[in-house]
Amino acid sequence: MIFHRIQQLLRKPNAATPQPVPLEGSPLASGLALHIGSHTVIACHDCDLLNRLPEGATTTLLCARCGAVLYQYKPNSIDRALALTLAALILFILSNCFPFLAMKSGGFIQETTLLTGIHELWKQELYGLAFLVLLTCVLVPLLQMLGLLYILAPLKLGLRPAVQAARVLRLVQEVAPWGMMEVFMMGILVALVKLGHMATIIPGISVFSFGALIFIMAAAFSNLDPALLWDRLDLRRYA
Amino acid sequence: MHKSAATARQMGLITCHDCHLMIPEEQFQGHPHCPRCGAHLHQRKPNSLTRTWALVWTAIILIIPANFLPMTITTTLGAKQGDTIMSGVIYFMQTGSWEIASVIFIASIFVPFCKLLLLIFLLISVQFKSSWRPKDRTALYRLTELVGRWSMVDIYVVTILVALVKLGAVASIEAGPAAVYFAAVVVTTMFAAESFDPRLIWDVIEEKI
Repeated sequence: MIFHRIQQLLRKPNAATPQPVPLEGSPLASGLALHIGSHTVIACHDCDLLNRLPEGATTTLLCARCGAVLYQYKPNSIDRALALTLAALILFILSNCFPFLAMKSGGFIQETTLLTGIHELWKQELYGLAFLVLLTCVLVPLLQMLGLLYILAPLKLGLRPAVQAARVLRLVQEVAPWGMMEVFMMGILVALVKLGHMATIIPGISVFSFGALIFIMAAAFSNLDPALLWDRLDLRRYA
Repeated sequence: MHKSAATARQMGLITCHDCHLMIPEEQFQGHPHCPRCGAHLHQRKPNSLTRTWALVWTAIILIIPANFLPMTITTTLGAKQGDTIMSGVIYFMQTGSWEIASVIFIASIFVPFCKLLLLIFLLISVQFKSSWRPKDRTALYRLTELVGRWSMVDIYVVTILVALVKLGAVASIEAGPAAVYFAAVVVTTMFAAESFDPRLIWDVIEEKI
């Protein structure tokens, strides 16, 4: 089973490249999505070419002209993304409650959590820097996790989408480049080696929960199917 | 190559930048919001080239103090010592931690400079209406979007060092002025990559056909 999954992941993604739409056949707007016959037509976000996607594809589909990823097959995306987001939220709370590094030198122990590090920058009057670290490592990931819960929970329970859920999804997508937890993890590792020369460094609980959090968050986002969500959150279909 | 292929713009369709819904242009004359997600609708990112150039120039100016001013100021037994990004890299190379040296060099020097050069190259190629290898240029654009964030590593290292190393007069580390400039370089180049519209690369080619 697992072997089969790995094989699926390793398969060349452009196994079924969709055909570009010819100029003469004009696409018809059906109100929710554009269709030609049974194909869905979408415009490539990188080069604007209209591509028609085969219905119910179980592979990754690339733009016929520039190779951007247009569609990825994601089974059970709501269940999986919701489960992973909940796990991520728990790990996030752990990561912020415990110290991630402690430095021991001459019987003197200095511990630091993520928030004390930011507080230290603030005390040195580096307000912009303190805010940037707070934003990229705490606020944006938290916003993303809460936003996903807000969107996914009603869908999982079979209710109508939450109030303004489409706007929340847009916000979650727009802030994504500013969530930099994995870069912060790299920073922790570099600092660990850097200070290892001077003093004894003890990695705390937070390093491990943070490390796990990065993978769980990445998994949650790669299981998320934006096309499906946009379709489900479209209030015009409930009108 | 795909001479018969059509783009959304040729068909009179606007694609929402956020949720990728396609809307016929004539339906949304005085009402430029996406009916599904509420985002502003526009055919291409507004003033993409001007904005990207402005942000690129800002980053070029900021990258100078970021590299010449000290990133960290270390106080050891009363003696102060400032370290720039490059002097940190050299120090780690000499003390044998080449892995740290290479991480910092790649993240703090190689990536920001490469990102700026790539953006300048993309901007110039679009302005001179180049039709040279559009697929590869689009791939280069995706690359600049992807790697920029890793430049933040050094900022985080400084944050951690500042928080951890404060043993009073014995040893302490403070963030230097370059940290602020460097963070500003990372932020402006991220905005620059975001404001560049890769579809401009392809628009030129369609005009030529």
